[in-house]
Amino acid sequence: MTTTETPAPARTAQATPEQRPKRQREGAAWVFLSPWVLGACVLTLLPMAVSLYLSFTDYDMFNSPNWVGLRNYTQMFTEDPRYWRSVVATLTYVVIAVPLQLGLALVVALALKNMKRGRAFYRSAFYAPSLLGASMSVALVWRALFNDGGTVDNLFGTGGWIFRPGWALVTVALLTVWQFGAPMVIFLAGLQQIPGELYEAAEVDSASRWRQFRSITVPMLSPVIFFNLVLQTIQAFQVFTPAFAVSGGKGGPADSTLFYTLYLYDRGFVASHMGYASAMAWVLLLVIGAVTAILFRTSRSWVFYASDTEGGVR
Amino acid sequence: MTTTATPTPVGRKPVARRRIALHIACLAALLVMLYPLAWLLATSLKPANEVIASLDLLPSHLEWSNYKTALDGVNDVSVWRLLTNSLLIAGGAVLGNVISCSLAAYAFARLRFRFRGPLFAFMIATIMLPHHAVLIPQYIIFNQLGMVNTYWPLILPKFLATEAFFVFLIVQFMRGLPRELEEAARIDGCGPFRSFFLVILPLTRPALITTAIFTFIWTWNDFFTQLIYLFSPDKFTLTLALRSFVDASSTSAFGPMFAMSVIALLPIVLFFLAFQRFLVEGMANSGIKG
Repeated sequence: MTTTETPAPARTAQATPEQRPKRQREGAAWVFLSPWVLGACVLTLLPMAVSLYLSFTDYDMFNSPNWVGLRNYTQMFTEDPRYWRSVVATLTYVVIAVPLQLGLALVVALALKNMKRGRAFYRSAFYAPSLLGASMSVALVWRALFNDGGTVDNLFGTGGWIFRPGWALVTVALLTVWQFGAPMVIFLAGLQQIPGELYEAAEVDSASRWRQFRSITVPMLSPVIFFNLVLQTIQAFQVFTPAFAVSGGKGGPADSTLFYTLYLYDRGFVASHMGYASAMAWVLLLVIGAVTAILFRTSRSWVFYASDTEGGVR
Repeated sequence: MTTTATPTPVGRKPVARRRIALHIACLAALLVMLYPLAWLLATSLKPANEVIASLDLLPSHLEWSNYKTALDGVNDVSVWRLLTNSLLIAGGAVLGNVISCSLAAYAFARLRFRFRGPLFAFMIATIMLPHHAVLIPQYIIFNQLGMVNTYWPLILPKFLATEAFFVFLIVQFMRGLPRELEEAARIDGCGPFRSFFLVILPLTRPALITTAIFTFIWTWNDFFTQLIYLFSPDKFTLTLALRSFVDASSTSAFGPMFAMSVIALLPIVLFFLAFQRFLVEGMANSGIKG
């Protein structure tokens, strides 16, 4: 602007540039967010809505979907014994694997906590199975070890756990427990953030080790315990690869390793019952949501946050 | 304090003994834990008749022909082809996750915009969303686009920041960076784009490396998605090729099968050895707020 005689518009023009950075920043934010927004809409929200719709249809990939109302759901709950076997297998697995895995992770983290020499080595070594164990390679090793004539059979005379309905599931659970390294590393990091003065004060009061564990370690570590519990539980509900490997993709013997996701895959992608599989997916979503909500609800009574001032974080 | 009330709590010697006992316990636990991996390596070098019959961990002689058979691959597709396929998918996923997740994380961590709170909560919620709830419609979408049996369904979602776990990880890291840096940059005339690329991104490198390593390993190990989207043998990854051993498990193929398993694990082992500090710290930081 060249004319100094027009003060009024100049002043308003002066006012906007001050606001412009704000608006610019708002615009910039959406540019940065655009891939995520696109992904959230096209690959998350839209598919969720579509799968909810499909769960009320008989969609089979080849013919256009017909509305069947609640038939998929009623069939699932009342006429499909394999569905219930997959529910029982999954719940049994979650109840066995998650507490054992987290318990072991905590015990090892406590053992390593005060170690002066070798801690970094043990930490990495115990963590290794967590990375390798998710692979098909290790799942195949597991099958061979627990097979008839495998090492475990030879050592303990188990006669091939993976052929026994009761034990095949335990075999898969053991593979999960074996991967306790990831929660262990998180526990260890949490333990190191507990101020040493608390333990020193407890020593002065001559509190026993067990008392220190109960009154200092557990409360101070409770947010981390909670984090691991939620994460591992959600992951356990979705386990697939080891069950597929151990049972050759069939969920055997006698459907004992027919985990929910394995049966969902079988219904949707082997039998082409996409509508039925969508209904299964939605029940899984609701169950995981409910379990997470229950964990959050109960957490209020046992999870202790030292600094509740930082409300928005987490 | 009276002398009787404070007997020396623990003598020097028991502490040392306790420490040694702890090390022995840890080493014993490690031996048991690493046994399956040692067994895998040993079996990949065993002659066919020793795999099941013999209890010895070590083979009587090294049977390198298992690896020769494994290199020939499965279904007339060589291991090199399978390896290239796996690398292509994992490499594309790494690139996609690092770019898209850091962009979204910067917006959530540092910029103000409408609905920031609800959108952030939604982003966190998608970490807990089971993949299966979106699986079938995603499959239908990619099928409509003619992308089934290509690598696009495995790579494209990563460019759209669908793995919220990494967005969260980078957000946590960026929140720990001092705000003064950007304020200084703003005074020097940097807009949000330049301060992102010139100031924030270089400082976020540890979180980006963690994201890259975890994406590589998880994509490499992933089985379910590959199983659904890929069906021609020449498009198979190493993980999928191992699947053919799951279906037809004849004992004679044990040696080559585990030789191939070793080959499939090798990149992860190398990554682990090279980046274990980042891996372990990245895992630790994911649970603890910065």
